[in-house]
Amino acid sequence: MTQQGVRWTADQVLALAPDAASRKAGSKLGAAGPWSEAGSADEGTVWGLCKGSGSKPYQTVIDIADASGPAYKCSCPSRKFPCKHALGLLLLWAGGDGAVPPGQPPDWAEEWIKGRRQRAEDKRSADASGSSTGSADPEAARRRAERRAVRVTAGATELEQRLTDLLRGGLAGAEQSGYGLWEETAARMVDAQAPGLAARVRELGAIPASGPGWPVRLLEECALLHLLDQGWLRRERLPAGLADTVRSRIGLPASADGPPVRDRWLVLAQYDTADVKLTTRRIWLHGADSGRTALLLSYGAAGRAPELTLPVGLALDAELTAYPGAGQLRAALGEQFAAPAPAAIRPPGLTTAEATARYGVALRDDPWLDSVPVTLDRVIPTPDGTSWQLADADADTALPLTPAARARPGLWRLVALSGGAPVKVFGECGHRGFTPLTAWPQGAGDAVQLY
Amino acid sequence: MNSPSVPVDSPAASAWEELVTAALLGTDRRTPPGCAPGREAPVALLDAAAAETVRRRAGLRPAPAAQRPQPAPEDPRPALPPAAARRLAMLLADRPGAAGGGRRGTSPDLVELLPEWLARANDRGLAPPPEVLPALLDAARGRTDLRPAALTFAGPRAVWLARLNPDWRFALRATPGGGAALPRLDDSAKVRQLWQEGLFAERVALLSAIRAREPGAARELLTTTWATERAEDRLMFLDSLRTGLGPEDEPFLEQALADRSRNVRATAAELLSALPGSALAARMAVRAGACVALDHTGDGPAIGVEAPHECDASMERDGVVAKAPAGRGERSWWFGQLVEAAPLSTWPGRLGGRTPREIVALPVTDDWRGELHAAWCRAAVRQRDAEWARALLGSPSAPEAGGPGAVSLAERAKLLGTLGPAERAEWVAGFIATHGLSEAFQLLGVCAAPWAAPLGRAVVDALNIARDAGSYPWSFSGVMGLAERCLDPAEASRLDGLLAVPDEPEDASPGAGGYWAEAFQRLVTTLRLRGAMIKELEPPGPAGF
Repeated sequence: MTQQGVRWTADQVLALAPDAASRKAGSKLGAAGPWSEAGSADEGTVWGLCKGSGSKPYQTVIDIADASGPAYKCSCPSRKFPCKHALGLLLLWAGGDGAVPPGQPPDWAEEWIKGRRQRAEDKRSADASGSSTGSADPEAARRRAERRAVRVTAGATELEQRLTDLLRGGLAGAEQSGYGLWEETAARMVDAQAPGLAARVRELGAIPASGPGWPVRLLEECALLHLLDQGWLRRERLPAGLADTVRSRIGLPASADGPPVRDRWLVLAQYDTADVKLTTRRIWLHGADSGRTALLLSYGAAGRAPELTLPVGLALDAELTAYPGAGQLRAALGEQFAAPAPAAIRPPGLTTAEATARYGVALRDDPWLDSVPVTLDRVIPTPDGTSWQLADADADTALPLTPAARARPGLWRLVALSGGAPVKVFGECGHRGFTPLTAWPQGAGDAVQLY
Repeated sequence: MNSPSVPVDSPAASAWEELVTAALLGTDRRTPPGCAPGREAPVALLDAAAAETVRRRAGLRPAPAAQRPQPAPEDPRPALPPAAARRLAMLLADRPGAAGGGRRGTSPDLVELLPEWLARANDRGLAPPPEVLPALLDAARGRTDLRPAALTFAGPRAVWLARLNPDWRFALRATPGGGAALPRLDDSAKVRQLWQEGLFAERVALLSAIRAREPGAARELLTTTWATERAEDRLMFLDSLRTGLGPEDEPFLEQALADRSRNVRATAAELLSALPGSALAARMAVRAGACVALDHTGDGPAIGVEAPHECDASMERDGVVAKAPAGRGERSWWFGQLVEAAPLSTWPGRLGGRTPREIVALPVTDDWRGELHAAWCRAAVRQRDAEWARALLGSPSAPEAGGPGAVSLAERAKLLGTLGPAERAEWVAGFIATHGLSEAFQLLGVCAAPWAAPLGRAVVDALNIARDAGSYPWSFSGVMGLAERCLDPAEASRLDGLLAVPDEPEDASPGAGGYWAEAFQRLVTTLRLRGAMIKELEPPGPAGF
């Protein structure tokens, strides 16, 4: 593969930035001005000296080609990761106008790259030799799991009691009882070590304030929570796949143990959601050969970007391992055989009718599913009163956009991209509507991110 | 409704309604359908609701499609090269006030580069990638100065988009033909219809478009409805005649001199006086000539001024404003207006066959010099007379050119506007070399960007001198900002010697050297960025490297 072949686009480089400020600062350093002695090596390492405000320039080096993901080192004092210098240097490299010529790395860069590669090699051989050293005592682990199951059962039973009390008195009273009651119940579920239940209970508390139609939504969510409680309490009688789904919805830890699937995985979308404590990054992948869709989750403590970054439009040759649960899309990233590289693959698409049908089918395996990932083919963003829908170009059917999607600036990028013509759109399709995440124009053109 | 549509009149729907009602009221008050009252009723309700919820979700169907939008018109322009498209997205992402801001630090102010970027992209006739249009429209919405270039670049799809989003309405108003498409200008029936029935903005757009192509046709169109237009509209329409003003417009303008509105009269008079061959200009030449004569009573020839003693009705009819503003003498006020409106060609004949330069050099009796020269300046600007402008500007290195003389900096900037770009740059370079930068800001503003090489060098040299003088760079932040946008990026390498922090002289302001180094780094970084930006917009070179 030539150097040009693995070069990233500027958008893909900017997707590595931990926050908007870094993206901006990095952009400004992406011009030849402050850089000297910049260079790159075929295997995908990039280095350079960046003039800062001090007398000594910063030494920046990046290893983009390592299969376990890009790595950065910079002598600047920034605690951002990657720092603006690393981003700027990568942009310069991505620009490809000769500012980062091929060459031999200087000693200071070479040393770091060698050390890094060596450590990775050591780790791989260590993993290969003795992998069972982790869980020392399977008997103790089993006892821990049993103790936890007892607590979850107690929590689920208590929650059932709360739900029946609520239904006995009527949902109409829920508007007055306020958020405090649900907060307290959620705290009880945390004590019961059932974080999945706790999260659902907390969301119940927000529904009475969520506008017209809230009683219907509250009843739906109460019913599904009841269904989950009952699923847990009778998990012994459920089919194995559904029981795994219930465990995962309750929030019990599981490890990806499915058979590894190697494919060329195209990155369809990557987006973060943040709450007070945690940033969750969701990365949707499409297997070019298997046709499978998979979800990678990675987490960062509040205010910090999750570590795994896969820019949209890249494809990676890697193994994924599925988590347990019927219809489970979540997977863990296993071995990567080559660094992510730009790819012109587009996923095949469905009609709107096929998309809703796919959601319906997915509910059989997981009735708690809010949406499924779907690529729609030949849809036209269409105004519908105060809202928007994606209308099939070839049939008189359409999927309304979710309220959240309508409020995002990405909506207008989608409308502009389409210009009234059919486009291909990847997104999440469920009972609230469709949330577009990525779109491809008619004809040639790169994927456009919509969030 | 947010969710995809649900069949409303199915039996399942009514079962669901009953469940919702029971849930709202509570099972103590309402027993849900199909179960016994009592302790178990809430559980039965939840069981039934769970089944219904999953059934409802699993049975979702797509909604009927609404009326699809008309497809956007084709944009025939070639697409931006990928690197230029990425650069644009970056420039647009850099919103003012997003982080830090201000003129400190070493990194460039990207938003300031947008005007140049847009101008160059428009010169090349390139089309934007559609997905940047929302950001482009948002930028144009926030900055009216960017609008014309941004909307030209944004092209027809942006107008299509603006019809769908009220935030971008301005694009419909600002783009000619954005609201209701302008008819083809050779379709006279359509033109006449729009002129008679269109909104004011559409009519102004139509008139300007026709005037730009066929001045006479625009004037004739205007004549058809002139008598019935409102005064403020007449003023705006008359203003459009500035484009392509010529002797053929004289009869119409003469007629407008009798207008009911004073502002219309004044504008008509101003336009006529910009036509040196017009009857009004001739009348003004007679009036002004009567006030100015050679005076041989002193040691050498001088100009004597006898200001008018009254402002008669015919003068008023020719646009002379009779009432002087507070603080001005009436006679000098009238005199200034007469000289300003008289053709400059009057003067050599009147003043002994002298050239403009010789005339300007003549002494003027009784302190009338300032008044007379100022009026000549206004006349030179109005009549776009480069020879007179040159004479009035004088030599840039003359000592009085730097201080507040007869001709103010603002007037000098306007006079410079009548000269060609090269001559303008040369004059300002000479000015800066003699007088430094503190007075130069206004003059630099009228120079074409990128600055010609001698001007760029003069500015950099002057900045270098200012640094060595030991003051802080922010006294020159205005010029620095201009330099970032206007210096030719090819000059960036000439600045390399200025990037280091210099040794501080004893009398320098503390830390100034460091701040200067920072300011120059920022200048160089910006120039390099502009250089890269411009290269990305250039047509691809011949095959090979």
